[in-house]
Amino acid sequence: MAEFAFDDEQLQLRAAVRRFAADNFGEAAARRLMESEEVFDVAVWRRLGSELGVLGMSVPEAAGGVGGSLVDQAVAVEEFGAALAGGPLFGTVYLAIPALAACPAGPARDELLGALIEGQRTAAFAVADIAGTFDPDRVAVTVEEGTLTGTAGRVVDATAADVILVAARGSDGVGLYAVDAGDTERTPLVTMDLSRPQADVTFDRAPARLLAGPDDTGRVITHALQVGAALLAIEQIGAAQHLLDLSVEYAKSRLQFGRQIGSFQAIKHRLADMLVDLEHARSTAYHAVWALTDGSDDPALAASIAQATCSAAFSRIAADTIQVHGGIGFTWEHQAHLYFKRAATDAALLGSAEQHRSRVAELVLDNAVAHSGAVMVATGRP
Amino acid sequence: MSSAGDAGRVAELAQSVVAEHDPKQVPVTEFLGACYDAGLSWVHFPVGLGGLGLSRGLQSVADRVLQGAGGPVPLGLNPMGYGMAAPTVREHAQTDDLKRFFLRPLATTEDIWCQLFSEPGAGSDLAGLATSAVRDGDEWIVNGQKVWTSLAHKARWGLLLARTDPDAPKHKGLTYFVLDMHAAGVQCRPLRQMTGQAEFNEVYITEARVPDAHRLGAVGDGWRVAMTTLMNERSALGASGNRRGSGAIADAVQLWASRPELHTPVLRDRLTRLWLRAEAQRLTSERARATATAGGPGPEGSIGKMVGAELNQRIYEFCMDFLGPEGILYHSYAMHGANEGGDWRGPIQQRYLRSRANTIEGGTSEVMRNILGERVLGLPGDLRADAGMPWKQVPRG
Repeated sequence: MAEFAFDDEQLQLRAAVRRFAADNFGEAAARRLMESEEVFDVAVWRRLGSELGVLGMSVPEAAGGVGGSLVDQAVAVEEFGAALAGGPLFGTVYLAIPALAACPAGPARDELLGALIEGQRTAAFAVADIAGTFDPDRVAVTVEEGTLTGTAGRVVDATAADVILVAARGSDGVGLYAVDAGDTERTPLVTMDLSRPQADVTFDRAPARLLAGPDDTGRVITHALQVGAALLAIEQIGAAQHLLDLSVEYAKSRLQFGRQIGSFQAIKHRLADMLVDLEHARSTAYHAVWALTDGSDDPALAASIAQATCSAAFSRIAADTIQVHGGIGFTWEHQAHLYFKRAATDAALLGSAEQHRSRVAELVLDNAVAHSGAVMVATGRP
Repeated sequence: MSSAGDAGRVAELAQSVVAEHDPKQVPVTEFLGACYDAGLSWVHFPVGLGGLGLSRGLQSVADRVLQGAGGPVPLGLNPMGYGMAAPTVREHAQTDDLKRFFLRPLATTEDIWCQLFSEPGAGSDLAGLATSAVRDGDEWIVNGQKVWTSLAHKARWGLLLARTDPDAPKHKGLTYFVLDMHAAGVQCRPLRQMTGQAEFNEVYITEARVPDAHRLGAVGDGWRVAMTTLMNERSALGASGNRRGSGAIADAVQLWASRPELHTPVLRDRLTRLWLRAEAQRLTSERARATATAGGPGPEGSIGKMVGAELNQRIYEFCMDFLGPEGILYHSYAMHGANEGGDWRGPIQQRYLRSRANTIEGGTSEVMRNILGERVLGLPGDLRADAGMPWKQVPRG
């Protein structure tokens, strides 16, 4: 599977997900959910799992998956991002399923993973990351006699979740546990992006099932955060492409001074810069997905390159989309703000562009070695 | 998949060229001639013309083997020849014999090529150029002045765009020729630039004669032919090295690593931003290469050209700010003739000055953004004051 080359099956998958998204997601569906009491459309979610089979595509067959690849999963997520798809994608698809797939096999893991892939149940991932990385010293939830106590703040998709995955500290170290959401107290929060809800989750002697013990938890959570970062980057480019298309169409159809505004270089050059940022972001997001699939690059570096690039690109493209649209782009009725808020949200989740840039600096610059004579600096002496 | 089989065949052919003509032993011209004869100069060209009729993307398979064994990077030895002349000649020369006549010595680098497009009065508005070609039996008589011609003094052939019909609108009155740079009436003078050196030439053409057989494409069709050349130029300029951290960014990272006493957090973040931009562009070039087809380069080459140019400037600006007072010294303003003195790139300060040309040469960044906007995104063109006007009536100055 050569890097950047999607095969015919993946192209068919893209077309199928795009059709499904056109029927079930998009601006109208997102607004409907924003204004309703339901957090997401359970029936649509089940069809994603059972009919399309696109919730856990990279889970190996041995773990109950379809034995696809993360590239397949990325194809679907890109279309979800473009359509602002509703439902607990972030908690379930980007984080919980990759975490479970990396957990040791066992009845608790196998049963839950199967149900999540099928769309029968949903999950949120209540492991606080520090700029996209896992720090076991910051785990505040404790485990005692198979029950968890403590609080996890600002958990994305917790309101939509049937199960909460959470790291907790016991006498032998930090483990990863599954808790039924009904056994926790969830306090919904008003989020800037209403299509990506959060809640504070309190555990008060909540019964928990062990998924990964202290020997495995660090690896499992790190893997989930890297896959999550890559899939979030893919969502970002899907959404950014939608906005660029929207802006280009508007620049062609909007007339001022008797001309299409896209004929003015001030607009045209802004759109060209958006295109460049998007194409760069796309390359880094795909590269991260391929690196995690075939091990061709350090996954930590590839994920940080993607997150640093895609968070900045989506944010800028969303801001420029409003600018190109002028006044209409600032209204509630126009879809630009839905994506602008998603851009701000995605940029903050799993590490900001700045935090990932800092990681890249650590990995690339801080241990760079100078080769003697590699660079010549003129000294004023011929 | 057939492309995997083709890749294997290309690799095998390259290995046998290397085995029979060890690039570390034989002269460059012999090695590159063997590559041409094996169809490895441009694998997407037809068989017999330095190619194998395969997908363009497979060139990297051949290059990896050939250059891995110590073979030269031909684009570096004959940049206009490989990057621009070859695709134009292959597509537009009048007979297969002429194609062979031009292409093999081009491939071996025995014949260096240059490009005679820009004029003092025609830069971004290239189609407004004034060099004239007037028919005289089987020949054309050319008069005019070209500028910014690299390698003109070494070149055997020049790709010439000239006006053959001043009464037609500017794009319609142009014709494309191959000019013999050794012909009577062709004179080159070095053009000194702000680095102090003379990398380019001015070419004065006075009553020079070109056989009609050396016309590329139809009379009046020169603009369309020139587009082949320009798209290849831009994609050649935009195709960066495919190793992470190579190219101009390596200069900045090396400078950073060699001078820890100059480090500050602000400079570190600035360099990281540049590194990320370079990496994103490198991956984008890789992606374009991976998805390239047998057809010519697409407008995405314009992304690489534009980003590379602006990135080069920002990288050397960073280097200057990093060096502080040390950076404002220079090595020498002694005038060099074109291509004397080895490495054109020279010390950091010279690279800094040289980078100002990057956003102008081969299409200004403003023109590149127009191309991205109009050809990739499909936005409407700007209003043109000279639309439809006969060239000779267009105001110039």
